[in-house]
Amino acid sequence: MLTLDQVIPGSTVVIEKVGGARSFRRRLMELGIIPGIKVEVLRIAPFGDPLELTVRGCNLSIRASQARQVEVESLPTEARVGSSASAAPATGRGSSAPVTAWEPGSPSAVSGLAKSAP
Amino acid sequence: MTAAREAGTAIETAQSMASLRGETALPLLLLVGNPNVGKTSLFNRLAHRHERVGNYPGVTVERRTAEMALPGGGRALVADVPGTYSLSARSGEEQIALSAVLGWADNPRPDLVIVVVDAGQLVRNLYLVLQLVELRVPLLVALNMVDEAGERAPDPRALGAALGVTCVATNARSGRGLDELSQAVVARLAQARPPRLHVSYPAELLRDADAIADVLPASWRGSVERERALALWALTSLEPDDELVGIPDDLRRRCAEVLERAGQRDVDREIIESRYRALETLMSSVIQAQPGAAAKAPPSLTERIDRVLLHPAYGFAVFLGIMFVVFQSLFAWADPVMSGIEALFGAVHDLAAQHLPVGFLQDLITRGLIDGVGNVVVFLPQICLLFLFIGLLEDSGYMARVAYLMDRALRSVGLHGRAFVPMMSGFACAVPAIMATRTMERRRDRLLTMLVVPLMSCSARLPVYTLIIGALFPPSHVFGVLPVQGLLMVAMYLFSTCIALIAAAVLGRTVVRGASVPLILELPPYRWPGLPSVLHLMWLRARSFLREAGTVILAFTIVMWVLLSYPKLPEPPSAPAPPVAAALAPTASAPSVAAVVPALTDNGARASALEYSFGGRLGKALEPALAPLGFDWKIGVGILGAFAAREVFVSVMGMVYGLGDVGEDDAPLRDRMRAETRLDGQPVYTPLVGLSLMVFFALACQCMSTLAVVRRETRSWRWPVFMFGYMTALAWVTSFVVYQGGRALGF
Repeated sequence: MLTLDQVIPGSTVVIEKVGGARSFRRRLMELGIIPGIKVEVLRIAPFGDPLELTVRGCNLSIRASQARQVEVESLPTEARVGSSASAAPATGRGSSAPVTAWEPGSPSAVSGLAKSAP
Repeated sequence: MTAAREAGTAIETAQSMASLRGETALPLLLLVGNPNVGKTSLFNRLAHRHERVGNYPGVTVERRTAEMALPGGGRALVADVPGTYSLSARSGEEQIALSAVLGWADNPRPDLVIVVVDAGQLVRNLYLVLQLVELRVPLLVALNMVDEAGERAPDPRALGAALGVTCVATNARSGRGLDELSQAVVARLAQARPPRLHVSYPAELLRDADAIADVLPASWRGSVERERALALWALTSLEPDDELVGIPDDLRRRCAEVLERAGQRDVDREIIESRYRALETLMSSVIQAQPGAAAKAPPSLTERIDRVLLHPAYGFAVFLGIMFVVFQSLFAWADPVMSGIEALFGAVHDLAAQHLPVGFLQDLITRGLIDGVGNVVVFLPQICLLFLFIGLLEDSGYMARVAYLMDRALRSVGLHGRAFVPMMSGFACAVPAIMATRTMERRRDRLLTMLVVPLMSCSARLPVYTLIIGALFPPSHVFGVLPVQGLLMVAMYLFSTCIALIAAAVLGRTVVRGASVPLILELPPYRWPGLPSVLHLMWLRARSFLREAGTVILAFTIVMWVLLSYPKLPEPPSAPAPPVAAALAPTASAPSVAAVVPALTDNGARASALEYSFGGRLGKALEPALAPLGFDWKIGVGILGAFAAREVFVSVMGMVYGLGDVGEDDAPLRDRMRAETRLDGQPVYTPLVGLSLMVFFALACQCMSTLAVVRRETRSWRWPVFMFGYMTALAWVTSFVVYQGGRALGF
């Protein structure tokens, strides 16, 4: 079981279940973080906490202890973006502008390629 | 209007209605919306005159109201509601939005609710719109930031049709669409329009809602739709430990029963998911661009800026740089203006002294009123500067990043990430710093920050430290390189910071306990701050300080003047010696006072006059309490005098020793202090006494202005009294430990 605090910054996951104290999970869900929604973990603050997410085009920050209550699932095509996957796109496809505008390690770059490659 | 009358007590309701609406019953428009959607800018655009800032009944959350002009010559009242993502609530602060919208708890019932919606964050914003539609409140949507949203923005007409609510595209910054909005307001006030949006909830949930609707209190009743919406609100909001007010017990019981019966069903999720499903269906009909397309777009400008500003290394450097500028402005840049204000009031003081006949009235006007007003106005430069910076940081979106960056560090002592700016400002002056706690939404966070900010070593303590260190610690070096005097100064700053953080940790777990609320912080896109609205807010803050805290500071100044001047020495009637004239006057005026009345330079007379006054007697009476800290009664008088403002300690000490007006760097005062002996011939001031005195000054709440501003911010005397009590106790105990411990160790 993967929880939101374990997600590598830069990767996108899908919300499975929102847990935690009732008022907190209600707040999160009211902000649109409901099961089935994609969330990208953008970065982690300098002291290791809190973390920053993008959900429905909005940037939010929650603490790691709360992120631990949110169960997520990796996207099938982008599972565990490792170093091997990230090295490829920057060299190969200079043609797709939006993709190269991303950092090479970004999963969005990978997903962009994964869909256009076949 | 009737519901509000029924709900609240008759008198309070009548007062709140009268204060909000004025004498004529103008239609009331409420501005509601998510945080950061440009609600404040829109309010500023609409506000035409008679703007005022009040508080919501029962909670210290600001409520701004103003009159606006309607097309066709009519007028209306606009009121701002604090930004919220949802109407569901847990705390009193979160309940504000619902109470304001429905006219509960002494709030006047609005004639029209204008929901301000960020066109770029449509789904999340529409969640609030949906809740309002379900409650069947008269509604109008201002679709803001359409330009910024680009192709993600919906067509206002299509959105209006889908919601059954008139939608007007606006740009609060540029003022575009405001005429259309005003016209829509007039049209909507004249004619109701039934909303359309429908959410299909699961059948079981509807049965639950109906069961709850059966026990709604009479004043909540309305259409079937509204009752169902209120039932759903109660179902998601009511919890055994919530802080909501005005909820009948049988409603609480019924909700608990329904939840119990629901068992494994996740009621909250059913409600929220049903709503989002309805919204997603609606979205697909009003937006052309597919949401998926946006995800692959190149990173936004905000994201590119955040890569630098939130970077572990550069981000922190930039953060420290920005904070340094803010701090420097309070500490150094405000200084010339403050000196100017002091000089100005000194001159007015002298002028009045010249033209008024010598006597009680002259004293009251010069030393009471003029100096008192000077004591208030002197805070304005720092308040204005701090709120200018806070406005810029908030408006640009950086303040949310400050909270993000500092959350980890401040949370460990129970403070909110946003407490950083007030805490740092506390090094300059607690008064603007306490006002700056308004950037925090929760009352508990604000209160905790307010209670510990005065422990930060403010600039008024600097002259006291300088005097004591200069007089009692000879310039020598530790290890041959580190200057003792400089080290002591740094140590005092570190000491005060540590104590403030420890106090926060302790108070946060005892006095202002409150569950640590999970942080859900939106990091809004960066925007150029709108300077007019920043300046406007700065002006409102300054005005409310002058009006509300200012009067208390003025009263305190007069009390301090009486304490230290009366009763007068019976003897020389020709020279009614004003013992602490200079002490209470803004410092710059001090020399001129002496120059105007030459008779007063008889310093010996001053010293005895001070001894004879209430203050002097009180100092003597306090001696038994101060002796264990190593202080004699003369220091006691200095501590009392310092209550007017800490730096006044220096000039009061000068007077106690009959030296006249002195500064902290004056050699005569230092020499006098070194030479002062007790009855047994031992020196009064040993380095240990000096240390004890500095510790006392670092921790004691020696500042009437701080107490005045805390009273203004908390709307009660309870917290300033508590603050004075705990800080004085802390100071006494710590000084006691330092002095007695030091003696036991043989110093």
